[in-house]
Amino acid sequence: MSVAILRQGDALIAAIQSDLTDAQVLALRDDLSERVGRHRLHAVIVDVSALDVIDSFVARSLRSMAITTRLRGAETLVVGIQPDVAIAMAHFDLNLKPLRTAKDLDEALVLLGERLEEDGGAG
Amino acid sequence: MPDEVRVEITRDEDMLPARAQGRALALELGFSRTDATLIATAISEIARNIIVHVGKGEITMQPVQEESRYGLVVTATDSGPGIADLDAALEHGYASRGGLGLGLPGARRLMDDFDVQSERGTGTTITMTKWRVRDELELLRERRRLLDEKHHGKHRSDGAGP
Amino acid sequence: MTAETGTSERPAASDESLLPELVAYLRENRTGLREQWVERITAAGLLTAMTPDEIFSEVTAVYDNYVAALETGSVETLQAYARDLSERIIPRGVDTDEVLGIVLLLRDILARSLFVHYQDNPELLHRILDAYEPAANRIAVTVGVSFVEERERVIREQQDAIRELSTPVLQVRDRLVVLPIIGMLDSQRARQLTEQLLGAIQANRARVVVLDITGVATIDRTVANHLVQAVEAARLMGASAIITGISSKIAQTLVDLGVDLEQMRTVGDLQGGLEEAERLLGYRGEAAATDQRT
Repeated sequence: MSVAILRQGDALIAAIQSDLTDAQVLALRDDLSERVGRHRLHAVIVDVSALDVIDSFVARSLRSMAITTRLRGAETLVVGIQPDVAIAMAHFDLNLKPLRTAKDLDEALVLLGERLEEDGGAG
Repeated sequence: MPDEVRVEITRDEDMLPARAQGRALALELGFSRTDATLIATAISEIARNIIVHVGKGEITMQPVQEESRYGLVVTATDSGPGIADLDAALEHGYASRGGLGLGLPGARRLMDDFDVQSERGTGTTITMTKWRVRDELELLRERRRLLDEKHHGKHRSDGAGP
Repeated sequence: MTAETGTSERPAASDESLLPELVAYLRENRTGLREQWVERITAAGLLTAMTPDEIFSEVTAVYDNYVAALETGSVETLQAYARDLSERIIPRGVDTDEVLGIVLLLRDILARSLFVHYQDNPELLHRILDAYEPAANRIAVTVGVSFVEERERVIREQQDAIRELSTPVLQVRDRLVVLPIIGMLDSQRARQLTEQLLGAIQANRARVVVLDITGVATIDRTVANHLVQAVEAARLMGASAIITGISSKIAQTLVDLGVDLEQMRTVGDLQGGLEEAERLLGYRGEAAATDQRT
């Protein structure tokens, strides 16, 4: 199984465990988006620490997922981007600012917790 | 000097071994982990280009050694319809114009040399290279590696030639 | 014998057949010749940094490698040994002139010995020397060059170490790391810096990194790009990068290069940068919101 998806409260954690094909990336994006809507989740955390390569397609897919899930009321955080991968991604001519990131899962949960507090608590 | 590696690209899945082999070859050549990742990422971009726009092609990775530098030359060839507007395809910002884009600008930024030859109706050849300067230190690293190999296989040094 | 490996010089056909005889002679007289050599080394005041036992053992190894190189026509093994020897003796303070000196002494001793051995047959002596001399000279050059190359490698390693030291990674407080950069920032160093920066983020779980370039006078396009990429890569790893100490010259360069300074967090000086960093860390809610906006 390439992606392990678990739920923690009203957050979804998707841990990508191996390199994905484009088709799998799109499927993941759609799957997560659907779940967010179905369960009215407030956060999606995508853990990419197992990925050796994140190319422009994957980066764009993650970004578009972040944008669309935000429209559906959920915050997306990508965690675990490896140093070399981060350097490679910095070469893309892409505005990845909409993509929020954190170093690891713990950080992500802390950030989300704060964000939710700031919004006046989970809805 | 490692050999050339050749990967056929016919389906989505082929991108993965192409990347992995590119990375492995880069590391074997002595590139840093970061450079190996840049190379693998660039390979991913051009592999996708083949799959999405042509359907079938080939990627080869060839190590090269020059006097003062070593490099990895990655070539993507296909016999597709050719790139209609090469200038646009290589333009900054093309990739971000929605859809899949061609990924070529991305690959170009990741590599040092980048060349595209494309003819309408005949096909496209993309040649990209990453170079690293073979400074004394790296030269010596290589020699040491050879030394280690020798030490493991050779006899005592008095009289037995290589 | 045939000299097939490496780039050996081929002696004339008639001389080739003499090499086995030469080699056999040198092997048979190994003990005596080696002793002579050690005497001459001591008399010349060479290798004073080494003990007699060490000299003896190295001398034996060099002699054997020397003869083997003559025999095979290939200097690869000799090169390997020479580098190995150099690696050991350079830290002991043995210098290039000593190394060349002892090799040339051996060359002379062997030559003289051949003179004596073949004195009754001048024509044969001549041919033996024709076979011996080019090979012996090549050996001397090989050993000398190997030694010098090893020295240069040591110097480069030291330079590398100095370069690394000149970009220390300082963990200032929890989650905050500072990289003060001093000196010339070229492309290679900028790459090294980026890797150090990201490594620090990973190792120290840093949320904010301050990159202080007060000590850098100028940068070019490539380096500017590296800096921009470093900042972006840091962000992708969940950390904010603040660049401090940008000189007006560098600021102008960045503007001229069209670098999007809005995307970069910059503060005039290191002190200000640290304050900004603490602000980012101290008010976590605000930090999350700020990340969102930029």
